Amino acid sequence: MTDDRASTESDRTGVARDEWQAAYDAAELRDVPFETMSGVPVEPVYGDGPYPGQYPFTRGVYPSMYRSRLWTMRMFAGFGTAEDTNARFKELLRNGGTGLSTAFDMPTLMGRDSNSEWSTGEVGRAGVAVDTLADMEDLFADIDLGGVSTSMTINGPAPMLLAMYIATAEKGGTARADLAGTIQNDIFKEYQAQKEYIYPPRPSVRLVTDMMSFTSAEMPRWHPVSISGYHIREAGSTAAHELAFTLANGFAYVEAAVAAGLDIDDFAPRLSFFFNSHSDFFEEIGKFRAARRIWARWMKERYGATSERSMLCRFHTQTAGVSLTAQQPEVNIARVAIQALAGALGGTQSLHTDSYDEALALPTDKAARIALRTQQVVAHETGVANVADPLGGAPYVEWMTDEMERQAEEVFAHLDELGDGSILEGVYAGIDNGYFVGEIADAAYRFEREVHAGRRIIVGVNDFTDGDDGQQNLLRIDAETEEYQLKRLAAVMQDRDSDAVARVLSRITTEAEDATINLMPAFIDAVQAYATEEEICQALVPVFGTYVEKAII
Amino acid sequence: MGDDVTVRIILAKLGLDGHDRGLKVVARILRDAGMEVIYLGLRQTTDSIIAAAEQEDADAIGLSMHNAGHMTLAPKMVEAVRAAQLDIPVVVGGIVPDDDLQPLLDAGVAAVLGPGSPAEDVARTVRDVVSANR
Amino acid sequence: MSRRDLSPAALFELAVGGERRSLGRLLTLVERGGPDADTITELSYRAGGAGHVVGITGAPGAGKSTLVGQLVRTIAEAGKRPAVLAVDPSSPLSGGAILGDRVRMDDVVADHDAFIRSMATRGHQGGLALAIPGAVRVLDAAGYDPVIIETVGVGQVEVDVAAAADTTVVVVNPGWGDAVQANKAGLLEVADIFVVNKADRPGAGDARRDLELMLDLSHVSGQEDEGFRPEIVLTTATDGTGAAEVVAAIDAHRAHLGTGDRLAARRRAQVREEIRVRLEQLLGHRIDEAVADDPTGDIARATAGDLSPAAAATAALTDLLSGES
Repeated sequence: MTDDRASTESDRTGVARDEWQAAYDAAELRDVPFETMSGVPVEPVYGDGPYPGQYPFTRGVYPSMYRSRLWTMRMFAGFGTAEDTNARFKELLRNGGTGLSTAFDMPTLMGRDSNSEWSTGEVGRAGVAVDTLADMEDLFADIDLGGVSTSMTINGPAPMLLAMYIATAEKGGTARADLAGTIQNDIFKEYQAQKEYIYPPRPSVRLVTDMMSFTSAEMPRWHPVSISGYHIREAGSTAAHELAFTLANGFAYVEAAVAAGLDIDDFAPRLSFFFNSHSDFFEEIGKFRAARRIWARWMKERYGATSERSMLCRFHTQTAGVSLTAQQPEVNIARVAIQALAGALGGTQSLHTDSYDEALALPTDKAARIALRTQQVVAHETGVANVADPLGGAPYVEWMTDEMERQAEEVFAHLDELGDGSILEGVYAGIDNGYFVGEIADAAYRFEREVHAGRRIIVGVNDFTDGDDGQQNLLRIDAETEEYQLKRLAAVMQDRDSDAVARVLSRITTEAEDATINLMPAFIDAVQAYATEEEICQALVPVFGTYVEKAII
Repeated sequence: MGDDVTVRIILAKLGLDGHDRGLKVVARILRDAGMEVIYLGLRQTTDSIIAAAEQEDADAIGLSMHNAGHMTLAPKMVEAVRAAQLDIPVVVGGIVPDDDLQPLLDAGVAAVLGPGSPAEDVARTVRDVVSANR
Repeated sequence: MSRRDLSPAALFELAVGGERRSLGRLLTLVERGGPDADTITELSYRAGGAGHVVGITGAPGAGKSTLVGQLVRTIAEAGKRPAVLAVDPSSPLSGGAILGDRVRMDDVVADHDAFIRSMATRGHQGGLALAIPGAVRVLDAAGYDPVIIETVGVGQVEVDVAAAADTTVVVVNPGWGDAVQANKAGLLEVADIFVVNKADRPGAGDARRDLELMLDLSHVSGQEDEGFRPEIVLTTATDGTGAAEVVAAIDAHRAHLGTGDRLAARRRAQVREEIRVRLEQLLGHRIDEAVADDPTGDIARATAGDLSPAAAATAALTDLLSGES
């Protein structure tokens, strides 16, 4: 940035504009006409600076935004056995896809094996079941892991699953340094909203920082945390609290990683975010814009990041599952379209659009296709991808952005005070005293009361209810997956060297007691010995304990 | 027994599913309707719910289901209540497709509250199944 | 057969024999008050009395439920049968309540012979002051020992609890002048043991010093009881650190009560207090009736302006006390 204390406002804008133009000119653009449907040419950006790609990035993280590259249409999927999902992956790759996104079933997400009594009825239902390295090998069989990027949505047992991914790749001849992808690994929001935790917060954060250190040193192309507000919003928070809690969690990871000895500009560029896009159009757009501005400012001013890449809030967006209604489900297509449009106008880097039938079950193929088509319409037919931050400068949008920021700053101030000058400690304290779950539950109840009282209209639910022709064609998952998976697990456990498993599990327990030891190497050894996910998770329990949530309602 | 007697209901989720937004909203609805809610929350088993129901002398058990597990887990709960000779109604709320409604009732579930049930319906349904049982 | 159809005496027999759902049912009847509750009190008064009653109180969020969960575990693992009465406030608006304390104790129940009962304050006059000793007595008669009463440390409820307990534990946290607040709330005078929970946080040492200082001052002002100085124990309830020490401190206080006439004196005070509350309640009913029925006609004269309210009340009292019942 130039030192321009003496220059006028218009000069500054001029300098910013020139710098933006130079950056834009250097960018590679898509080969499509940047004009309206009627043939009117349009500029890449309108209004005042700072422009897209310029600090604090309110208007976007890249100078040319979607003119260079549309957002990634990343559709999250996973089901049944590892082989089922493997076949789906290969089909995706044959059709030109380069990114795989894995959904795990509930037992896997909770660190339970398929044969646990907890798992009954949930094996392979909402995602793929992974118990041992053998399942991970099946999941990625005959896929060149050096040539794809893989996203894994898992949190509590994230290090075990990452260890399995590394072991699978190395068995297939791909070095860990060549692996690209993201693992969600955002444990804070589990205590706040999604509730898929195993251990108490502090030891869990050690696992997160172990993974950040490990990937910093050995996996330069890997994104070790995707800081997720999506689930906070789904649990009922307001838009501003989704924004505030998510960014606060981000600050907390930054503080934890710095405390673990990492350099901020080493790891911060590999942090990414995941937000919800709900139905209040302008509130969502204001939220996305504020997220970029706040993150950039805090990274620079509070945490002293010097690389611009450390200041970029790049995020994935998913439309609001909770907004989908069981009544008149086709109307959900309209909701999803509007939410997807908000994501695009808010400058998202990738987008998942929900299927209209998801209020009641996993999507059918047809519903999932319509969901993808919906964002394709937004991308290719509406023209919104031609201009970066097309709503920037509109008084309502700028006010909403400021308002979102103001509300978020209030939360940060509260957490800073709770943590005596540390956001990390403030987040721990807020988890412990029920601040996050309490605020979320309050907001959820308030909204529910307003709907029940008829003060808020949900089309098809509390008004305009004529014409609901009932529920049709829901996807049902059969019980065969569970039987298959149980047999598979039994066979793997039969074939392995159980002494070796016992040795490596006891090593994990021992190393867990010493917080200076990075546990990732032990996890990799354990999965290579075909220790199960649950065995490894349980090996930490004697040291870490388990977490039971206080009832905050 | 008269209607002036305080209703005590257990609210819980069975299994691993962590979606507790609906359960928390229902807890408040029932509290605001004058009931005593014994909130067990996430990750309960039929055994833990039965133990609580015995010790708390609950008038009903409310389960919230969001992960398609209702067809396995809700009948298991009804069975457990019968085996413990508790003789109290089990109410299921959450994501339950229409097609599953009758099978659940046939399995002994006292009432099913689908997504978007108004607050008054939730409270009235609980009151109805409890007084039918008293 | 449903336990709802059994008489209090039949339920009592089953509960003493170890049946939990009968015990659960008895507690409901005790809590509800009235003739059934009196019958149960009659039965349990004869049967129990040997167990130790521990009150645990402190500000909301101090970590009481988690601590109680750890205490119950420690006690149960030593082969005893602990019971917990977890008391939470009823909503003043609806009369309903959300009782969430079990969540952090439940796993203990699964593996041990422990009994946990959630109780709402229900707001009715003096109700809790009878329901708590009544419930404690039933649990005691069913062989649970100790009986732990957990309450949020605000107002009348915790005074009622202290009155029903042999040993009162006050839980505070590091920071924010918790110890000072406890002092202001009058908890210093009822505490037999202090627990500084969340002791892994900064400021735990300061909290201990604050408490020591206040105990020194109260010693000077002569409040301290018979040379007994409350022990201060540091705990981290989330991982169980200090739970064994709290149990040891409770046992030590029990032993202290066992010397001389102390325990008997506490129990006599408890009985006197219960009789006082019962008298209040009995008289209260009679007063309500007298005001409604106006047997002497003085109230009608007062409302007509022919008699002062004070004179009417005096006349009504004379009639009440000379009443035939």
